[in-house]
Amino acid sequence: MYPVIKAASYILVHTPNIMIEGGTTQQLERDSQSDYMDQALKHIRSFQEAVLYAPNQAYIGNITPEVLENIPRPWYKNPLDNSSRYSKHGEIMPEDEFYILMQICDSFDLVKLDKDFVENMASKISQHPVLRDYADKIKPGINKGEIEAFIGNGAVPLRINGNLVGCVRKAHDKDINLSSHVMLENIATKASAVLALRHLVQDNNIDADSIEYVIECSEEACGDMNQRGGGNFAKAVAEIAGFSNATGSDTRAFCAGPTHALINASALVKAGIYKNVAIVGGGAVAKLGMNGRDHVKNDMPLLEDVLGGFAILVSENDGINPIVNTDIIGRHTVKTGSSPQQVIQSIVADPLDRAGMSLTDIDKYSVEMQNPEITEPAGAGDVPKSNYKMIAALAVKKGQLTRAEMDGFIDAHGLPGFAPTQGHIPSGVPYVGPAREAILSGEIKNAMIIGKGSLFLGRMTNQFDGVSVVLSKNPGIAEESPINEDKIRKIIASALRDLASHLGED
Amino acid sequence: MDLEIQQRVKDMAEKYGPENVIVMLGSAEAEAAGLAAETVSNGDPTYAGPLAGVSLGLAVYHILEPEVKAEIDPTVYDNEVGMMEMVLDVDAISKEVKSIREQYSKY
Repeated sequence: MYPVIKAASYILVHTPNIMIEGGTTQQLERDSQSDYMDQALKHIRSFQEAVLYAPNQAYIGNITPEVLENIPRPWYKNPLDNSSRYSKHGEIMPEDEFYILMQICDSFDLVKLDKDFVENMASKISQHPVLRDYADKIKPGINKGEIEAFIGNGAVPLRINGNLVGCVRKAHDKDINLSSHVMLENIATKASAVLALRHLVQDNNIDADSIEYVIECSEEACGDMNQRGGGNFAKAVAEIAGFSNATGSDTRAFCAGPTHALINASALVKAGIYKNVAIVGGGAVAKLGMNGRDHVKNDMPLLEDVLGGFAILVSENDGINPIVNTDIIGRHTVKTGSSPQQVIQSIVADPLDRAGMSLTDIDKYSVEMQNPEITEPAGAGDVPKSNYKMIAALAVKKGQLTRAEMDGFIDAHGLPGFAPTQGHIPSGVPYVGPAREAILSGEIKNAMIIGKGSLFLGRMTNQFDGVSVVLSKNPGIAEESPINEDKIRKIIASALRDLASHLGED
Repeated sequence: MDLEIQQRVKDMAEKYGPENVIVMLGSAEAEAAGLAAETVSNGDPTYAGPLAGVSLGLAVYHILEPEVKAEIDPTVYDNEVGMMEMVLDVDAISKEVKSIREQYSKY
């Protein structure tokens, strides 16, 4: 039986101060002492502006991507009324609450917070659906003087509106893989993943003890100088999230990681090894403000001010939730080649060909769902739109569509980009939750989730990579016809006759 | 153009001689194609990379230009590039790269 998508959660964390402190672009600019940093500080959004931003509302699930498409751009100039920081399956968390969550997720006393700050957060903590359950684990904090001393010794400062409220210390004196910067990245990834997992179980009435395995699929590496990517984020995240019956492991494939993880989770469930597998990805500090130079140049707010996170629960077939059709799997193989045509052919068209389907048989394609408002000023264009054009053009080449029908195909089978440019976060998976709901409500019958990854960035191979999988309406679990005594007697009689005839031949 | 790619182009031009090197572009937009073409012929217009102020004068083409298409087996071209011909603005890209080539390419 096929596994099902039982639940999904989506979270964002508004982290403008971590962006300024830890984003790669900002670090490089600070080192070069350009005037960008002064400019960047003038282009920071408030938490409220981030909440009212329509693509963020689409990501956490308060509006569908289809609704976003009808909101005029630029979206940052058209705030969405009736926005909320919470959604049915997630939230947008402000930075002060996130610092508390980072301290909760820190197992080695590396996140040091100011004691006045922690005290002042008491009311917010008691009202937060996730943080309040951890209230007794929150440490009281230390004096500002002690925090300044840690910063003098290389700790990364944590600020709110420019005011120092804490720091992340290095975890080792000499090991660069345990430096304060790396620890900030890894604890932020861990904390945002925990937030996604808690929403997954709390908002969907899932028993945390029922999760047997967690696959973490971000793009970070945790380990020390002797095993730089040793892992295991999954176990670390499961521990804090309270998944006491789970173990887990990390899957890495650049931006394609989440779709690989979805397929792996589905395989584990289909094979009967586990009944419930959660896949989870936390956010990437390094990518915060990545295109900041272009956003400042265009006098736009720094839109890459949120960490993304998601969690998806793959479970054994319940006859209701959409199935993961493990018979329709696309994969870019070593021999495929890297021309866009070969990539789309192998990931999108070939699996459908093998299943006797055409490209027009898939209702919605979820590709690299980057928000175009972020990428266009940087010269990268509208990434999802480019993908849809390629799928449509391939359909024309295969005779499944006429050239005049291309635009209509793109409108009908495509989606607007709505996810932050956090690498693995926008890659295919942002639409798993909306697809689940659209399939359950009967709006669509299926969707293809596509993950693509630029492996060459790691300088280990020039290979590209990508995989895909199809989610479909659950046909229901067919009731097996009961075998009665009469039927059993007939089967035995038939077998005995068969045996007797063979004996006769001898 | 990526700074590391600029260095690789520069190294190849030195190793094999600029007259023996052709740069083939695959950029998705005319402006980006033009910038890359200018970088390897006249020098890096952004003055950021190893080709800043270095005019290699290399011959530079885009894979979508008709001159290139005419040189490639039609079946191979259709299998590798046919889809992108439908997606990208072939005329704008060809015009931009040709204009840069005619101005700055020496070989």
